[in-house]
Amino acid sequence: MSDALTPVAKPGYLWTRFRRSPLAMTAAAVTLLIVGGALLAPLLASQNPFDPAALDLSNGLFKPAWLEGGDARFLLGSDDQGRDMLSALLYGSRISLLVGVASVLFAAVMGVAVGLIAGYAGGWIDTLAMRLADVQLTIPAILIALMVDGLARATLQPAVHEAAAIYVLIFSIGIADWPQYARIVRAATAVQKTLGYVSAARVMGVPAPVIVFKHILPNVLTSVMVLATLGLALAIISEATLSFLGVGMPPTAPSLGTLIRIGNNFLFSGEWWITLFPSLTLVILALAVNMLGDWLRDALNPKLK
Amino acid sequence: MIQHFLRRALQAVAVMALATLVAFLLFNYVGDPVSNMLGQEASREDREGLRERLGLNDPFVVQFARFAGKAVQGDFGISYRLQRPVADLLAERLPATIELVFASAIFAVALGVSLGIFTAIRRESWISRTILAVSLVGVSLPTFVIGIGLIYLFAVTLGWLPSFGRGDVVQLGWWSTGLLTASGLKALLLPAVTLGLFQMTFILRLVRAEMLEVLSADFIRTARAMGLTERMINTKYALKNAGLPVITIIGLKLGELIAFSIVTETVFQWPGMGLLFIQAVSFADIPIMAAYLFMVALVFVLINLAVDLLYVALDPRLRGRAA
Repeated sequence: MSDALTPVAKPGYLWTRFRRSPLAMTAAAVTLLIVGGALLAPLLASQNPFDPAALDLSNGLFKPAWLEGGDARFLLGSDDQGRDMLSALLYGSRISLLVGVASVLFAAVMGVAVGLIAGYAGGWIDTLAMRLADVQLTIPAILIALMVDGLARATLQPAVHEAAAIYVLIFSIGIADWPQYARIVRAATAVQKTLGYVSAARVMGVPAPVIVFKHILPNVLTSVMVLATLGLALAIISEATLSFLGVGMPPTAPSLGTLIRIGNNFLFSGEWWITLFPSLTLVILALAVNMLGDWLRDALNPKLK
Repeated sequence: MIQHFLRRALQAVAVMALATLVAFLLFNYVGDPVSNMLGQEASREDREGLRERLGLNDPFVVQFARFAGKAVQGDFGISYRLQRPVADLLAERLPATIELVFASAIFAVALGVSLGIFTAIRRESWISRTILAVSLVGVSLPTFVIGIGLIYLFAVTLGWLPSFGRGDVVQLGWWSTGLLTASGLKALLLPAVTLGLFQMTFILRLVRAEMLEVLSADFIRTARAMGLTERMINTKYALKNAGLPVITIIGLKLGELIAFSIVTETVFQWPGMGLLFIQAVSFADIPIMAAYLFMVALVFVLINLAVDLLYVALDPRLRGRAA
């Protein structure tokens, strides 16, 4: 009986499985590499690519260093402004990851809270919250994010909007993704509610908020973890898509998506490296996080043990 | 069954009401419609006059009812930026988007379903393994990156296909079609593949999973034991049963094609509604945003209802209960 109540995931067990999966280890290594590069960007980058004083137009449009026409100082080449692509990538990944992680946190916290309350309270609160989630789920997340972004653009002054762009992005991607967390947490909470430890706590007079957030929450977090990992890949892609469309991060603080958007203008004149490297970084990051999420889902699934 | 259907219809009405309300709130309360129309220089009297004529001094409910009534008739006011009726702008752009979405839906469904069946039936072959590995990468590829890659390969490097626009179009009444000219068809190819690729990999994986599940069911084992040919088992029994859940999901994925047509249209400068919408978002052109929101919600609701109906038509068990 008690085995059925305790979550399957024990840290030691997960670690052992992780050590046995070369795919998961590769994916984790790649993710760590990009995250590390992003965190240490100011130390690793040879220039601050967004400080106009650091740029020199005469360094413009160098090809990657290993090709003819390359320059050793610009390993992955430079754009028309003389900006080092590698430095731009490091700083760009930083913003992409920041927006991705923050919006996943936003969506998860909101979704988990709604799911816990709806699942525990039941009744009309449950019906209302879940109908709202249903309605929102009929509309693709990217459209909702676009709408919220457009709204912010219409209400804020342009100067304010540019400074607030990153918060607007986090909010619009986060608000578009909460229903998935709410659904999964609500289902899990409804199950937990019927178990012995919850009745015991209730009989002992533990207040409902304490039962929900202190006792039920830890037991539903496993499923949230999987969803959040897969959601991170999606959020990074959503951010890149919005920035590529020109409604995300402005060129003064570009994410990977903004870099691809800028580079896209040079594609026809043959300067492929300005688009290629940000695109590659984005795809590799998304793929690695996706693979980690897939692995985590399988590893935490008791049926596949 | 009828109860289920009523609930879905009610939900559809709720979605539309909500979308209309959001569109209305956008239209009336984001920014000041009066200064948007008159500019900053207008006198106080002019402003008050326009407020009265536009009915902005009426109670909230009256204004909302009027907005909803006009929206149903396709009247969404005038674009702030382009100074033309939004309905005309949308009507001009509609054919381009519909042709693009349909072409990519056909591509995604035809290729996704057939590859899905193939990889399920021949699950051990190396071709299936390769297809599956590639499809995993496909899920991580953002639509716009696919588009840029295809443009670089087929337009910039090889020069076989155009990289932007619709090519030559033929006017059929108010509908402009690119499907009747060679250049129109060539121009459609890259955007349609770009838009459909993600959904194709998704449908492939779904069909494969459903087929594998059905193929391991008892009735298939019975059919095998009775000596039916593999072909008979696959087409007559397995496919029919795997098809049902697939159809629901494919219907919902059609909605996603419309959402992501915004991205594809931006990459290829395809003159459809998505491009119009994204320009409206960058310029905060509220009437167009509100109208687009209303239309997209309507399309989604219709798709959802159609999928529900189709489900009843295809599943004899549900029909039995309805009668």
